[in-house]
Amino acid sequence: MEFLGQLYIFILAAFLGYNVIHRVPPLLHTPLMSATNAISAISVVGAIIVAGMEHPDDGTQTLAIVMAVTAVAAATTNVVGGFLITDRMLKMFKKDKGNNQ
Amino acid sequence: MIENYVRKIFTAFAGDEEIRLAIGASYLIASVLFILGLKFLNSPRTARRGMFLAEAGMALAVIATLLDHEVVSLEWILLGLFLGSVAGYIIAMLTPMTAMPQRTALSHAFGALAAALVGVTKYYTGHVKPDDHGLMIALGFEVLLGALTFTGSMVAFGKLQGLLPGAPIQYKGQNFINITTIFALVASFGYLIYRPDAATLFYVLAAIALVFGVSLVLPIGAADMPVVMSLLNAYAGLAGSATGFALNNNVLIIAGALDGASGVILSIIMTKAMNRSLTNVLFGGFGAPIADAGTREVKGTIKSQSAEEAAAILDVADSVIFVPGYGMAVSQAQHSCKKLVDYLIKKGKNVRFAIHPVAGRMPGHMNVLLAEAGVDYDLLYDMDAINDDFATTDVSIVIGANDVVNPAAKEDKSSPIYGMPILNVDASRTVIVLKRSMNPGFSGIENELFYKDNCIMVFGDAKKTLEEFVSALQELDA
Repeated sequence: MEFLGQLYIFILAAFLGYNVIHRVPPLLHTPLMSATNAISAISVVGAIIVAGMEHPDDGTQTLAIVMAVTAVAAATTNVVGGFLITDRMLKMFKKDKGNNQ
Repeated sequence: MIENYVRKIFTAFAGDEEIRLAIGASYLIASVLFILGLKFLNSPRTARRGMFLAEAGMALAVIATLLDHEVVSLEWILLGLFLGSVAGYIIAMLTPMTAMPQRTALSHAFGALAAALVGVTKYYTGHVKPDDHGLMIALGFEVLLGALTFTGSMVAFGKLQGLLPGAPIQYKGQNFINITTIFALVASFGYLIYRPDAATLFYVLAAIALVFGVSLVLPIGAADMPVVMSLLNAYAGLAGSATGFALNNNVLIIAGALDGASGVILSIIMTKAMNRSLTNVLFGGFGAPIADAGTREVKGTIKSQSAEEAAAILDVADSVIFVPGYGMAVSQAQHSCKKLVDYLIKKGKNVRFAIHPVAGRMPGHMNVLLAEAGVDYDLLYDMDAINDDFATTDVSIVIGANDVVNPAAKEDKSSPIYGMPILNVDASRTVIVLKRSMNPGFSGIENELFYKDNCIMVFGDAKKTLEEFVSALQELDA
């Protein structure tokens, strides 16, 4: 039943996403891509759990930690880089250039 | 070892059950904030506010995760967060707007790598029991999609950055090898679901997926990158969603689904704008030198003029439409373009931009470049909104665009781009094409527009040509 519940959430979120994102004008498609990329870097949450869990000293430890830290770092790069660069782009979309510059 | 103090502080005044609820509630709020953030992206006025909401959601979700009882120590988490923050900051601050497609390809690669590594680590540390078929399905998708998106995006990055040749790389029997690889992937995945403890096969699956990502993107030409970028975006999102299934974490499922939906929508828009199917983009090897191209006789002659002569035409025009393409990004011409636009507006001319959906190397590429140069976004028009206006326009200026203005798409049934919707620049009274040389673009298709009676060519670097336009106009006014 757990799987079915997850599937419900996935499908409803996909429909919602389709409708919300369909309204984003082509003007903002590049920021959209970097924004959704930053948001989906929420997988940092999963990486944090594997990096912070107990690592038993059974020979798997080192490799597991290396992979987990790499995962946290890669996802964090997307969170920080994604949001910063999206904001950098969105700041540039201006109207009334006479007033702003 | 750094003990998990975050959780320790909270356990001082809350029980396990309360903390569990707090984590769940935080994830729920984060999901809502993500959706609102994307909703606000429907207008440039609200977009930044929306991103603040999404950022708040992300911060909340990360802090809440530290309360999880599975997180016992912080040192490796802090190391990863530190490395990622530094790398992210550097990339975000140093990437020029013209390099946005490369940056995006790289971020797809990182996101997919994170998903794949979380899956592999989970499996490697023995979290999958031999009878846990459901978990294996989720983990399999996570690693499969993560691994192929990682290498695929790295190849796309290499092509966009110019480290790999932009032309499609093809070899004999390519499709046969691809089909065999897909078959191997499906077969090993299927067996793993039946026997989740077949450890060797799990790593074989990951390895094949890595190879498949490379062979999927190598044969795709640089001009098709907008489609590939959108598709990789969708894969990266689905990999994230699969991570959510594997970890039983709803906010991951939701964020991944949003990312996936965005990628799918963009892929559909991009393929429609090229009048091609997804299979054709992936396996068609578009952009390879086409054997029968150029067999059709092209009538007319090419009229090359100097910047001064072209500026004189511009001087008497009342309405002007600019059509930017990838060539504008290559020569960094957006700032010179803005200068010319300002001058023309000052002289009371009606100036607009026509943006084709696949102009550039990723969706929305041209809009970002023009916004960077300070062009008012109200002047930027989508193809459908402006295409009928070319007929009543005095001058169209094509800056480094080629296929998106090629009339062969409407007139020549034998052309590989036949049926692709194009900007009707040839309907305007005069077309001025800025181009480096007569070399055809990536697709290698002859452009009949250049031979039309109302078309004149100004050869040279677009940035310099546009600046020469401005000084020639100033001289005419002096």
